[in-house]
Amino acid sequence: MRIQVALPTHLRTLAGVSGPVQLDVVEPVSQRAVLDALEAAYPMLRGTIRDPATKQRRAFVRFFACGEDLSDEPLDRPLPDEVVTGKQPYRVIGAMAGG
Amino acid sequence: MATVRVLVGTRKGAFILTSDERRRDWTVDGPHFAGWEIYHITGTPSDPNRIYASQTSGWFGQVMQRSSDGGKTWEAAGNDFTYNGEAGTHKWYDGSQHPWEFKRVWHLEPSLNDPDSVYAGVEDAGLFQTRDGGQTWQELPGLRAVKGDLWQPGAGGMCLHTILLTPGNPNRMFVAISAAGAFRSDDAGQTWRPVNEGLRSDYELPDAEAEVGHCVHSIAMHPSRPETLFMQKHWDVMRSDNGGDLWREVSGNLPSDFGFPIAVHAHEPETIYVVPILSDSYHYPPEGKLRVYRSRTGGESWEALTDGLPQENCYVNILRNAMTVDTLESCGIYVGTTGGQVYVSADAGDHWMAIVRDLPPVLSVEVQLLP
Repeated sequence: MRIQVALPTHLRTLAGVSGPVQLDVVEPVSQRAVLDALEAAYPMLRGTIRDPATKQRRAFVRFFACGEDLSDEPLDRPLPDEVVTGKQPYRVIGAMAGG
Repeated sequence: MATVRVLVGTRKGAFILTSDERRRDWTVDGPHFAGWEIYHITGTPSDPNRIYASQTSGWFGQVMQRSSDGGKTWEAAGNDFTYNGEAGTHKWYDGSQHPWEFKRVWHLEPSLNDPDSVYAGVEDAGLFQTRDGGQTWQELPGLRAVKGDLWQPGAGGMCLHTILLTPGNPNRMFVAISAAGAFRSDDAGQTWRPVNEGLRSDYELPDAEAEVGHCVHSIAMHPSRPETLFMQKHWDVMRSDNGGDLWREVSGNLPSDFGFPIAVHAHEPETIYVVPILSDSYHYPPEGKLRVYRSRTGGESWEALTDGLPQENCYVNILRNAMTVDTLESCGIYVGTTGGQVYVSADAGDHWMAIVRDLPPVLSVEVQLLP
């Protein structure tokens, strides 16, 4: 499936992209599958979203989709249809911590 | 005429400052990696256009950057700094034990003769090495085996901030850690021993002369005298003339012996520089005057260098990696401040000028000479 992933500014710069990235993700489309595909396509992002060794979400990174916070949802749970069909992006967010 | 290139790491990006060897007119290029903390950016001695940078963020962690064209373009290198084996625990601020956790790379020290080989000093304190140009990093775990459970973080974190390689003796290395102390290896980093005898930490440690635990801020060496080391400790300026086996205090007439960086003149092994800071709880210069102090006697006797530096209402700090020297015939000294100024003296400290005044807080300053 063709998935849209929206990245925060600093990660877009690091990845060398100017907008949402398009990723081909095998079904079932879960958060883990999207993140694996993202890091495979953009290896410079490895370690910036998830710990490189444990694959745990970094503390100040959040995952949003379809108006919901998925940060603490099980990583293998299928994503909403709107994300799977590419109508809505899967959003990687830098947590609000800047004042 | 040679080109002088100054590599500046700041809280919000890297800057590259260039001039000719007169060091009067400068070009400022940056920010590179805008918005990220650049703890250290440095070139390799054997290939000046190979530059490495430690790019970090509280949100997105550690990224390593590498340039092969003098900083014009960059590529992300490997950023997996996994400790070797069981990471273990170290002492926490309250005296309890705390798990070892990688946070960031503080210092990069390229090999003297191989641009693909670099040492990295990290927080929580550990020493890593790459031999493939930064693609992979391996810990040298023998260091943390030296009573690592007794090491503790200073105010800036438990960081390995100083790595000294010894010209002509690839087996001998020194590192310094806040707050663990100074350590020496004589087998290329495989095994280490503390070299802290003579240090006293009356206000920081229950045993003022403990083998480890001292808050060493920086160490410097002149390449022609690898047995002589100079140290800016949390309090006290120290020197050793036997490779760290024994230290003695040389604070002499300094207005404060607290500070962060220390540097040695490129051509005069007994001429050294420090920047006194009022105290550990103030972190700004005494009397609101930014004064670099120079000793031409290897310590004890110091003179204030003030011409061109702010002598009123100045409350900036100079961090431990933010002072360096060049190797031109008239030795240049460079300091970067937490107020965003980078100052240069092209005459060994007698006169100073600001290269740039309004950068983000400066974390590190390095200089290269290009033919």
